[in-house]
Amino acid sequence: MKNNAQIGRSHNRLEGQLKVTGQAKYAGEYQVDDLWYGYVVNSTITKGKIVSIDASKTRSVHGVVEIFTHNNRPSLPWFGMMYSDMDAPPGTPFVPLWDDEIKYNGQPIALVVADTFEGARYAASLLKIKYEIEEYSTNLFDNIDNAKKPSKGLATLIKPLPPSPKGDFEQAYKSAAAQSSGEFLHGTEHHNPLELFATTTVYEGKGKLTIYDKTQGTSNSQIYVSNVFGLSFKNVRVISPYVGGSFGSGLRPQYQLFLCVMAALELKRNVRVTMDRTQMFTFGHRPQTLQKTRFGAVEDGQVTAIHHSAFAETSRFEDYTEVVVNWANILYPASNTLLDYQLVPLDMFTPMDMRAPGGSTAMHAVESTMDDLAFQLGIDPLEFRLINYSERDVSEDKPFSSKELRACYHQGAEKFGWKNRNPEPRSMKRGNRLVGYGMSSGIWDVIALPAKAQAIYDKNGQLTIKSAVTDNGQGTYTVMTQIAADQLGLEMDQVTFKYGDSDMPLSPIQGGSYTTGVVGSAIKAACKALKETLFSVAKKMENSPLKNVDLSDVTFKNGQITVNKTHQSIQLTDVIVFNNNEPIEATKSNIPNPIKLKQYTRAAHSAAFVEVEVDEQLGVINVIRAITAVAAGKIINPKTARSQILGGMVWGISKALREETLTDHNLGKYINTNLGEYHLPVHADIHELDVIFVDEKDDIINELGSKGIGEIGLSSMTPAIVNAIFHATGKRMTKLPIHFNDVVNHE
Amino acid sequence: MNNFNYIKADSPDHAIQQISDRQRTFLLAGGTNIIDLWKYNLTHPDTLVDLSQIKGLKTIHTLENGGLHLGALVSNSDTAHHELVKSKYPLLSKTILAGATAQIRNSATNGGNLMQRTRCHYFYDAAAPCNKRNPGSGCPAIKGHNRMHAILGHSDQCIAVFPSDMCIALAALDAIVKVKSSRGERIIKFSDFHRLPGDQPEKDNTLENDELIIAIELPNEGFSDHYSYLKLRDRNSYAFALISVATGLVLDGQIIQKANIALGGVAHQPWRVPEAEEFLIGKDATPENFANAADIILAGAKGFEHNSFKIPLAKQAIIRNGAMALHPERQRPGAQPSL
Ligand SMILES: Cc1cc2nc3c(=O)[nH]c(=O)nc-3n(C[C@H](O)[C@H](O)[C@H](O)COP(=O)(O)OP(=O)(O)OC[C@H]3O[C@@H](n4cnc5c(N)ncnc54)[C@H](O)[C@@H]3O)c2cc1C
Repeated sequence: MKNNAQIGRSHNRLEGQLKVTGQAKYAGEYQVDDLWYGYVVNSTITKGKIVSIDASKTRSVHGVVEIFTHNNRPSLPWFGMMYSDMDAPPGTPFVPLWDDEIKYNGQPIALVVADTFEGARYAASLLKIKYEIEEYSTNLFDNIDNAKKPSKGLATLIKPLPPSPKGDFEQAYKSAAAQSSGEFLHGTEHHNPLELFATTTVYEGKGKLTIYDKTQGTSNSQIYVSNVFGLSFKNVRVISPYVGGSFGSGLRPQYQLFLCVMAALELKRNVRVTMDRTQMFTFGHRPQTLQKTRFGAVEDGQVTAIHHSAFAETSRFEDYTEVVVNWANILYPASNTLLDYQLVPLDMFTPMDMRAPGGSTAMHAVESTMDDLAFQLGIDPLEFRLINYSERDVSEDKPFSSKELRACYHQGAEKFGWKNRNPEPRSMKRGNRLVGYGMSSGIWDVIALPAKAQAIYDKNGQLTIKSAVTDNGQGTYTVMTQIAADQLGLEMDQVTFKYGDSDMPLSPIQGGSYTTGVVGSAIKAACKALKETLFSVAKKMENSPLKNVDLSDVTFKNGQITVNKTHQSIQLTDVIVFNNNEPIEATKSNIPNPIKLKQYTRAAHSAAFVEVEVDEQLGVINVIRAITAVAAGKIINPKTARSQILGGMVWGISKALREETLTDHNLGKYINTNLGEYHLPVHADIHELDVIFVDEKDDIINELGSKGIGEIGLSSMTPAIVNAIFHATGKRMTKLPIHFNDVVNHE
Repeated sequence: MNNFNYIKADSPDHAIQQISDRQRTFLLAGGTNIIDLWKYNLTHPDTLVDLSQIKGLKTIHTLENGGLHLGALVSNSDTAHHELVKSKYPLLSKTILAGATAQIRNSATNGGNLMQRTRCHYFYDAAAPCNKRNPGSGCPAIKGHNRMHAILGHSDQCIAVFPSDMCIALAALDAIVKVKSSRGERIIKFSDFHRLPGDQPEKDNTLENDELIIAIELPNEGFSDHYSYLKLRDRNSYAFALISVATGLVLDGQIIQKANIALGGVAHQPWRVPEAEEFLIGKDATPENFANAADIILAGAKGFEHNSFKIPLAKQAIIRNGAMALHPERQRPGAQPSL
């Protein structure tokens, strides 16, 4: 039966053509009659109070209908919990237009609504705001003394705080044959998906709203809107089938949703609010982080001591955390550890998960330190990882549910030609360019969450699957269709996946690389339930060949139920006819078994191998080629999976060499808030990239044995580049991104 | 964006009449800079005079003296890909192609390129102080993020750089700018066109408010045998130069007969130092001689917190670009470092 299974087969994105021909509509593009446009006014100070707002010039602009500020906003719930969302860290969520207080630069403080977008934007520029400025602080590195332990909350369940110290780190470090220590500095990064944040609210009347929102969770936006504006849950419908990237920025409802819905309710009109690119820098971001490492190893290469501490930025109102310091000891089985993670509150918006949050930050520190130890001991970096290969997660004393990292190392190294590496730094050259080979391990955890799905089979022989889940561009729509098709033995065109709509069965926010495993398992469960129902209905049919057989004795394939032994079959469409032409449906949740799951460490792994060229005099760095080998369980769609890993690798290049949000700490604000100056890699920066998926079987993690591939491609890439630069130049780069002038010394 | 008057100019004189008659009237060429400035709320034109339909400003042709006429309204792309430019002034062609992106170059015009504003972050932020945008308000770049800023010719009022690539080649090529107003035509030497900030940083150049750029003219010498443009920047394409060098050489064997060297990304104008070029004449085209010339070019350079690296690296870039100019056929695309 498996020979023409859809799982494991490469399929193009089902919505690809709609997207490249402009037919796929994004949140800010839906054509709606009688639409008004809101444009957000953002604070130009970093901290203080609004003293007065003079709107006279704004009002005089033709077409302006209303100006919302804290002075005239509708009354809102006073209870902080009402503003919470599925991804809210411990603390008090920010509420736009709450009062006159300014908490960060760029804070939304007014919404100008007009009959055209351009009119609203121009009128907004004329709003005169007087502030009282208070002292502010935005620089993490100047405020390490104010670090504190993070508060615990719902978020820290999924993102655990560091385990307690183990053994005697100081003693083990002191007596180690090789010691390596480092300080690693990361500035702010912003997600910058191509699609701007936007919401179009259709005011249906009678307390009903249809909302097109850019989000990674339609249910999340729905719950937020109904809580904040006191609407009944079923009257708020959030639709978001196409999302032009988000990378974590859509995990929380952003302020345009709040402001758009507020304006629509107040004005009783359809309203759209679209951010501009500068405003894309006025909410969550990857936090500034300072890490310190001290690793010690004995003569034969065993790492015996690991100290990893991190100081990360958060806002003054929420404790955003990431998993930064927990990874090293999962990868490398040292028995003496000291792990510490602290937060530094600053006058900025709360940071937010951004692709491989914490992991991509951590790996730079961990893998650079490992690379340095290998260098000191004169051991090949790959060999050094193999010496320290953990068969078991010693940090939690648990087995891995599966771990084929060794295969990643071997297959990656083989294809890359790692054996051609001359261990001596600065020894390989090509004209004026120094050549470096570097490698790194990567890890990302597998999260299990409940989700719900509905499966419907109709008289036309079509299977329809419904889930509220979004597809942020990764290929979710396609892989869910594949998963469903296989459950009933159907072809792709016999399955319709309906998604991105809060009217459909509840799904968690799409993040953490868990969507395929989580929603895919729910679909599998729903399809299983559907098969049971179809089977029991079919049994009741006249002369049914299924009368005396069990579900386990039949196969669903090609729109039939076939008895394995006798090859007798029933058409599924006949079952529907027998059911009075009524479709047969089943709704089911996938409920992970926490007791079973807790016994294992569940993680995807990767190994990246990178070749760089560094111009010896000018410092210009190019990643000439790279290979990432990935162990992530079952790969549902090799083509879209490969694209995910390639995207992660490109991001790894970006993080190592390109992107950074510049903060002017004197002004307390970000200053390169556009895509011309926020440098994402361009084609000319990307050379040869290759991906290997190694075989990995996992029966523990979820129904599909699929681990998720959203972040694993990124986590190993950045450190592999940094290590390759060390090999090329002999310089260990501890601050990202690395610029050409950082790697050359003149005078 | 405010409401505004839109006038389609059908001749240079028609455009000139509009700008001398009205306040807050702006010329629109390719729009790649002026529209951005508008969207960022840095400028609110009352009237826009669209030059894009003036056919007379859209030609490229040979001049009697053997030079080349580049109409002000010819796009950067059409200029870079023009046969006469490619064969006789390959330095200009390659330099243009190292700037911006294909889409932007398709819109951007030669006249507009000369007139583009700095990319200083603070200049583009209407809420920040900036002496160039708002004279007397201060310069946060001096103590702020100044990676992209000037190391030469800056003043205590402004450390912005003029961001163009094309103009660095034009400076090295000894181009001239033809301008016209109701008072008639005049010629501005390229080295006199852009200016240093001094205590009037709001003025980028010496074009008068009522003047229109008609054309850029190149002299006969195009350095087509020995030339190179090198651009150091924070990504391989679609980023402004942090340091760039345009070099044109005339050689007799190894001996330098003529050396024109202009630097970009380091000052408020393309940076040329005649003494350095004179120093090279009659000398061998060796790294040592280029290094000595670089020291003359960079004399008096002063960096700030984030851009001091430009001083030693500009020297290295001048040396390398000298070597690259000897072997145009061995240059890699995109004005990357070669050899
Ligand atoms: C994202 C981005 C990246 C870029 N990267 C680069 C780069 O790497 N290198 C580079 O060199 N450039 C770069 N550019 C700048 C680009 O080259 C300029 O914006 C362009 O050359 C301006 O030409 P335009 O015709 O579009 O000018 P417009 O925007 O139409 O006009 C600019 C100014 O020139 C004036 N003007 C135009 N024509 C005339 C004339 N004939 N007479 C008098 N005044 C005139 C206008 O009134 C206006 O003030 C970049 C631009 C962008 C937006």
